[in-house]
Amino acid sequence: MSATPSTAAVPGVSNSGKFLDSVERFLPKLVLAPTFVVTLLFIYGFILWTGYLSFTQSRMLPNYDLVGFIQYQNLFDNERWWVALKNLAIFGSLFIAGCLAIGLGMAILLDQKIRGEGFIRSIYLYPMALSFVVTGTAWKWILNPGLGFEKVMHDMGFADFTFDWLTNSDMAIYTVVIAGVWQSSGFIMAMFLAGLRGVDESIVKAAQVDGASLPTIYWRIIIPSLRPVFFSAVMILSHIAIKSFDLVMALTGGGPGFASDTPATFMYTFSFTRNQIGMGAASAMMMLMIVAAVVVPFLYSELRSSRRG
Amino acid sequence: MADTSNTQTQGASRFGRYVIYTLLGLVCLYYLLPLFIMVSTSLKTLDDIRSGNLIALPNEVTFEPWKEAWGSACIGVRCEGMSVYFWNSFRFVVPAVLISTLVGAFNGYVLTMWRFKGSDIFFSALMIGCFIPFQVVLLPMARTLGELGISNSIAGLIFVHVVYGVAFTTLFFRNYYVTIPDELVKAAKIDGAGFLRIFWRIILPISTPIIVVSIIWQFTQIWNDFLFGVVFSSGDRQPVTVALNNLVNTSTGVIGYNVDMAAAIIAALPTLFVYIVAGKYFVRGLTAGSVKG
Amino acid sequence: MNTIRHKTKLAAAITLALATFSAQAAEVEVLHWWTSGGEAKSVAELKKLMQAKGDTWKDFAVSGGGGENAMTVLKSRVVAGDPPTAAQIKGPSIQEWGAEGVLADLSSTAKAGNWDTLLPPVVSKVMKYKGNYVAVPVNVHRVNWMWVNPAVFNKAGAKVPTTWAEFPDAADKLQKAGFIAVAHGGQPWQDFTIFESVVLGVGGPEFYQKAMVDLDQTALKSATMTKAFDTFRTVRKYVDKDFSGRDWNLATQMVIQGKAGMQFMGDWAKGEFTAAGKKPGKDYLCVDVPGTQGDFTFNIDSFVMFKQSSSDAKKGQEDLANAIMSPSFQETFNLNKGSIPARLDVKMDKFDDCAKKSNADFVASSKTGSLVPSIAHQMAVPAATTGAIQDVVTQFFNSNMSSKQAVEKLASAAKTQ
Repeated sequence: MSATPSTAAVPGVSNSGKFLDSVERFLPKLVLAPTFVVTLLFIYGFILWTGYLSFTQSRMLPNYDLVGFIQYQNLFDNERWWVALKNLAIFGSLFIAGCLAIGLGMAILLDQKIRGEGFIRSIYLYPMALSFVVTGTAWKWILNPGLGFEKVMHDMGFADFTFDWLTNSDMAIYTVVIAGVWQSSGFIMAMFLAGLRGVDESIVKAAQVDGASLPTIYWRIIIPSLRPVFFSAVMILSHIAIKSFDLVMALTGGGPGFASDTPATFMYTFSFTRNQIGMGAASAMMMLMIVAAVVVPFLYSELRSSRRG
Repeated sequence: MADTSNTQTQGASRFGRYVIYTLLGLVCLYYLLPLFIMVSTSLKTLDDIRSGNLIALPNEVTFEPWKEAWGSACIGVRCEGMSVYFWNSFRFVVPAVLISTLVGAFNGYVLTMWRFKGSDIFFSALMIGCFIPFQVVLLPMARTLGELGISNSIAGLIFVHVVYGVAFTTLFFRNYYVTIPDELVKAAKIDGAGFLRIFWRIILPISTPIIVVSIIWQFTQIWNDFLFGVVFSSGDRQPVTVALNNLVNTSTGVIGYNVDMAAAIIAALPTLFVYIVAGKYFVRGLTAGSVKG
Repeated sequence: MNTIRHKTKLAAAITLALATFSAQAAEVEVLHWWTSGGEAKSVAELKKLMQAKGDTWKDFAVSGGGGENAMTVLKSRVVAGDPPTAAQIKGPSIQEWGAEGVLADLSSTAKAGNWDTLLPPVVSKVMKYKGNYVAVPVNVHRVNWMWVNPAVFNKAGAKVPTTWAEFPDAADKLQKAGFIAVAHGGQPWQDFTIFESVVLGVGGPEFYQKAMVDLDQTALKSATMTKAFDTFRTVRKYVDKDFSGRDWNLATQMVIQGKAGMQFMGDWAKGEFTAAGKKPGKDYLCVDVPGTQGDFTFNIDSFVMFKQSSSDAKKGQEDLANAIMSPSFQETFNLNKGSIPARLDVKMDKFDDCAKKSNADFVASSKTGSLVPSIAHQMAVPAATTGAIQDVVTQFFNSNMSSKQAVEKLASAAKTQ
């Protein structure tokens, strides 16, 4: 941090200084302007456009004649949409909880001066690097009762062992959780590990002097201090959960039947395969409202508490 | 942190250490299993796959599938394997990663050091915006690219990836810069240093860890992206993920699982490389501040 | 030797093409989802033909989900104002695209090529929008096939069923002998493929036409439909427990390897048997789905052309349409793909027995009215309705829903616009 700027920062002061000053004043906003414009047009503009389409009878291509709330009515009458919503709730909560638990657990274990930490860390991180287009096939084999895990257990002599979640309508969504946690928990582990390395040691030492046991120190002092990590992790995980598309498509294709459909796959199918862009737009709006309902309060509280100067 | 736990474990039994290593090892197995299946399948012959157990070791190892996947597998009417598409991906991934990282760095800098009225609202809006399902933006974006005259081009693809990547890079840099003491910048401002000068001389030199994080994240996201790649490119310019998809999906005809798996690993090599080589810097970068609100 | 024969034939076609067309160069960008294996080879034939005419072929291959991804891409290209020269689109979708006013009129090419006499009326009707040709057919797939491993049936002492009434008995025998009776992949479109054949077998072509094509509410709610669902439920009983999500070709492998007795699948399944070196009539049998003897559910692949401004592009489209319709291409392509030519005058000598039977049934059924479009393969009703009906079918197959309930749901799904 010795890089203090040279004192002769602005050499030709006085006259031209005024002009430069005003440029300087606007420069920060000017730098932010492209992102601002892009966000306004390509995110919020497109959301508005989608919102408009959800009130039209758009089918194969967008159509701009308003028809009222029919699409929403159809959406709520559609059994498949409710299945998708229920799945999002199951998947979202288990996926986020699973990643946080495994990520934090592994990070704590890895933080115990483990030999070969770098190697193990790479193993935990690599799933994030793989595209699910084909990893999905490998998972499909592992989870398929006739090919994978169940068969291996049978071959080993456990004839009664069953693990048929992939082919069971009620359980299929949980296989998506398993594969999803596999893909993302390593990344979360890295975040927690980083957080642990940043914990102020003097506080921990003081607690030790007071005679607190290791689990107590973790539970009472260290984990609460990781609050910002939890924030970033939950943001990233909920982002992945809501957009879960590749994962579902590659693993179950939404099946059996449409038992493991999620809002993202629902929206894609209706907008593009079934030529019901209007209904697809309505489902997208519902998705965004869910995001708003869950994420906005979270974001608000976090920004408030971290706003310290 | 590590130090304290060590002093603690000195008193703890050896048994505890074994438990830790066993747990870590078990989790390693969970993570490695799919990769193991992919690699072992890619080294099998098709007959071996058809007759044997899918998750068993190959009876005889063959490297033919790898050769085929790289150089001679038919994707569409071209039988040149994945190699062509592999380089295609680099052509738009590298500029898109660099541009979005640079923009994110500037945004983070402004949002922390040059706050103005509404900058927090802007940041929140950006964060919420990144939750927009990408499927929603396909059609209006196609229209926009068409009007800009960059539809179906490398430039268009870079544009799209930058637009939808900036939210995350901004998040990273903003959270990193928040931890830098304000005094540093205040002193420089008093000395008369300007916006760009402070960024260039003070901020950028201490940003290496978070730049690494941003680059790794963006590289993985953009390299693995399928949706934008398939919609906003065509023919010879398709990225590697689209080629992989085209190779793997066949509605009629025999599926060559060994070639598929080899191709999948080939498609993932750059990101695997990035994670394994830069993994250390990744954790270090995250430690340096990105995870602190 | 087969390939050598193809090549000489192709060479002849090329010289012919060279003689008739000037070498004015046009670039044609063709969107299709035939990206691998035999299909890709078939497309490569088309590319060669076009190159022989002096046109540049710009391949635009996007696969996945039976064309789902390709359709997404196509829509964005059209919205961007930059459509490809031609795209693989079939069935009622042709009408939907026609209604958007983006398709090129091929009437003059069709008239010069005499398409109206070459194509059976059922096919040409699909290719036209408001009386004008906008699409070119490549092939005709037959969907209501049952693929049988005769060795398995012999070992189990079972007779290949010809009606749905005989089906449970045969399937029971297969199961008792330790075989999987029905090889099936639990993906919605595969469930739907069996269902439409069951409806055809139980209700006959007239009923099928009413229920699955005209979406007639009385037919949909009729006792016949309940019976069809009951039969469909019976089929479900004879499927192995690992069927969910299985790709169709893995199911075909089960028949080839003698693990399973039969599979209900369109004629593209033949490619798997051929690749495994099996001979029709000896190692495997292609028979009609029980109760559908002589009936024919068709699935026609076709290409539409998009309106283009440059005259070069128009020339390219004309060349492409002519190339697709040429007898030599129709022959080579369909020999590769397992289907039969869309035009009636192609000689069938080089085709195998299954294709010959398919062709004979095609011609005969087009006269008796038992030639019906496949709903599972998007030939019968618009995509939205097909999808809604498919949801009901696949949900029924994967749950304990009663046939009564299913009929109610089916009738309301059919109202989806």
